[in-house]
Amino acid sequence: MVAAEAPLSAPLEVGFDYTRSLGPVLSRFVTALRDRRVEGVRGSDGRVHVPPVEYDPVTGQPLSEPVEVGTEGTVVTWSWMADPLEGQPLAHPFAWALVRLDGADTALLHAVDAGSTAAMRTGMRVRIRWAEQTVGHIRDIACFEPVDAASPEVPAVARPEATAEPVTMITTPVHLHYRHSASLEESRYLRGLAEGRLLGQRCPECAKVYIPPRGACPTDGVPTREEVELADTGTVTTFCIVNVPFLGQRITPPYVSAYVLLDGADIPLMHLVLGCAADEVRMGMRVKAQWRPREEWDTTLRNIDHFRPTGEPDAPFESYAEYL
Amino acid sequence: MSGFPEVAVVGFGQSPQVRETTGTTNGVEMLVPVFQRLLADTGLSRREVGFWCSGSSDYLAGRAFSFVTAVDAIGALPPIAESHVEGDAAWALYEAWLKIRMGEADTALVYGFGKSSAGDLRRVLALQLDPYLVAPLWPDSVSIAALQARVGIEAGLWSEKEMAEVAARSRADGATNPHAQLREPLDPAGLLDTPYLADPLRAHDCAPITDGAAAIVLAAGHRAAELCERPAWITGLEHRVDSPVLGARDLGRAPSAGAAAAAAGTDGVQVAELATPFTSQELLLRRELGLADDVAVNPSGGPLCGNPMFAGGLVRIGEAAARVMSGQAGKVLAHASNGPLLQQNLICVMEGR
Repeated sequence: MVAAEAPLSAPLEVGFDYTRSLGPVLSRFVTALRDRRVEGVRGSDGRVHVPPVEYDPVTGQPLSEPVEVGTEGTVVTWSWMADPLEGQPLAHPFAWALVRLDGADTALLHAVDAGSTAAMRTGMRVRIRWAEQTVGHIRDIACFEPVDAASPEVPAVARPEATAEPVTMITTPVHLHYRHSASLEESRYLRGLAEGRLLGQRCPECAKVYIPPRGACPTDGVPTREEVELADTGTVTTFCIVNVPFLGQRITPPYVSAYVLLDGADIPLMHLVLGCAADEVRMGMRVKAQWRPREEWDTTLRNIDHFRPTGEPDAPFESYAEYL
Repeated sequence: MSGFPEVAVVGFGQSPQVRETTGTTNGVEMLVPVFQRLLADTGLSRREVGFWCSGSSDYLAGRAFSFVTAVDAIGALPPIAESHVEGDAAWALYEAWLKIRMGEADTALVYGFGKSSAGDLRRVLALQLDPYLVAPLWPDSVSIAALQARVGIEAGLWSEKEMAEVAARSRADGATNPHAQLREPLDPAGLLDTPYLADPLRAHDCAPITDGAAAIVLAAGHRAAELCERPAWITGLEHRVDSPVLGARDLGRAPSAGAAAAAAGTDGVQVAELATPFTSQELLLRRELGLADDVAVNPSGGPLCGNPMFAGGLVRIGEAAARVMSGQAGKVLAHASNGPLLQQNLICVMEGR
C-alpha cells in the first residue's frame, strides 16, 4: 500500500471568446440594440416576443415579422443580487428582473440598478440604460433603471445610417475558474517526478504496471496500489514525425513524437525522441530519458526534456508487440 | 406495449454526499466503491452487465470528454457497450431502459457523478441558459430560482412560511439518511428571521453544493427476480420539456412535469422523490403533479440535504426504488430535471409485486 498524501491540485482557468453567428431574427434584434432600439418578433398568434424567438413556441413556424417595442417596461418578477458575481451586468448590488417591455407579450431577463430592495417591486416601471458604446449585443443594454430615478433621460441617438451593416456575429467571453485535482495515484507519480523518479503502480488483478498509475485499472476497474519504480530507459513502440507547425510549438519541425514503453511498464508514455535525425527513429529503438537540470524539476513530466537513442541494438518486435 | 420486456430497478448505490471530495472530476474515486458494493449486493458480475450508461457534465469538470476517464472505473476490457448523456443520469437511465426494452441488453448499470466543488456552480449553471441573449449576462442559478420563487409567492401559490416548512421537513428526514450532506435539524420557527441569500430565497431554501455519485442496476423481467428479491418494476417512464425562454413561461408552473406524470400514471403513489433544489420548486411540483397530501415527499431528505449535480435525478430514482425493494412502499414516483427552473422533467413510476 502507498501512503495517502493529500492529492495535488492546481488552478485551472478555462477561457474562450465564443463567437456565434446569428440567424435573421437574432441579427435583427442585436442590430436594433446597436441602434438603441428594441425589436421583437411577432408570433403566429400575434403575440410579440421580446427577446425574439426564431420559431413560434406553439406552432413551430419560423417567425420573421419584426415589431418595434418600447425601451420602457414593467417588472414581472425580481430577485436581489447582494454580492454580484464575475461577469454580471453590475458590480454593485442589483435586482435581476424579468421585464415586459411596452408592446411586448413576453419578458426579457436583465439587471435593474435600483439601489436597494426597498426600491424594487413587481409592477414597477423601468427603462433601459444603454451602454456607453453599443456594438450589437445583449450587453448593449447595460441594465434597467427605475423610471422615476433621478438619472437624466438618455437622449435618443441618431437613427442608423442607411449604410450601416447589420450585425451578424456576437462575441461572448466566457471565463470559468476551477481547481483541478490529480488523483492520489497521479499525485504519487507527479511527486516522484519532482525527485527524478518514475513511479508506476501495479494492478492487483491483472498485474499490469501503469505509468502514470490510475484510480482504476481500465481492464479491471480497481485502483492500482503496489508501487513500482521504473527505469528511465525504454523502447519506442510507435511514433510519428511532426511536420506541421502549430501555436505554442517549442521545437522546429520535423521532430518525433513517440510512444516510449519504459522497461518494466505495461503502458507506453508519449514523449519526444530527439538526439538523432527524425528519419532515424524507428519502432523498437532503445531510448533513455534526457532529464532537465535538477534545479528546474517540478511535479511534471516536463522534467524529462526528451528521450534520446542509447545506441543499443533494437528491441525485438515480440518484446513490444503487445503494447501497440 | 406488450412484447417489450418489463424493466425493474434491482439495485441502487451512492457515494457519501459531501461539500468537497478530494477525488478527481472524472468521478473514479467516488464511483469505484459504489460499483463494488452495488455489484456485490446484486450478485451481478461486472462482465455480465449488458449496457453501461452515464450522466455527467464537462462544465462541472472544466475540461472536454471528462466522462471518458470515468469508464476506467468500469473496467472496459474486453470491450463493453457504453453510452453517456451530458445531463442528469436519470436520462442515462432512460436510455438504458430503452436498450433493455428493445431487447439489446438484459441488464444495465447506470451511473452519474459530479464534482461541483471544482468550480463555481452558480456561474457554471448560467451557461446552460440561452447562449445568445441570456448567458452573456451570467444570471446565476440561485438568482433565477429566486425569480421563480417570487412569482409563486406573489400569485399566492406558496409562501415563505411554507417554503421554510419544506426546508425543516427535509432536514428532519435527511437526519435519517446516512449519505446526506446536511443532517442537522432546522428550527422552523426561526427560519423566517434569517437573512435573504437572494431575496426572496434564504439559505435554507437552497440545496447545498455537493460532490457525489450514484449508480443503479436495471434488469429485464427474467433477470430481475434473480438479482433482487423485490424488484422495483418501472411502470411508467416519461419526460417532457417546456420552453427555455424564461420570460415566455409562467414560472409558477412546469406543465412538462405534469404532462410527464400524466403519461407515466401516478395514481396510488405513496412516496415521491423530487429533484427540487429549491423549496419553492417542491411546492410548485407538488401542485403540478397533483400529489395527494398523504404522499411522502422526499423522505430521503431530498436535494435540500445533498444535491450532487448530474447524479441527483438518478439518486431520486434510486431512493424511491429502494423503498419498494425494502418493502416499505408499494408504489413510488421519482422526478428528475434538466435545464433551468424545472424546464425539462422526467417522471419514473415504480411498484413492487
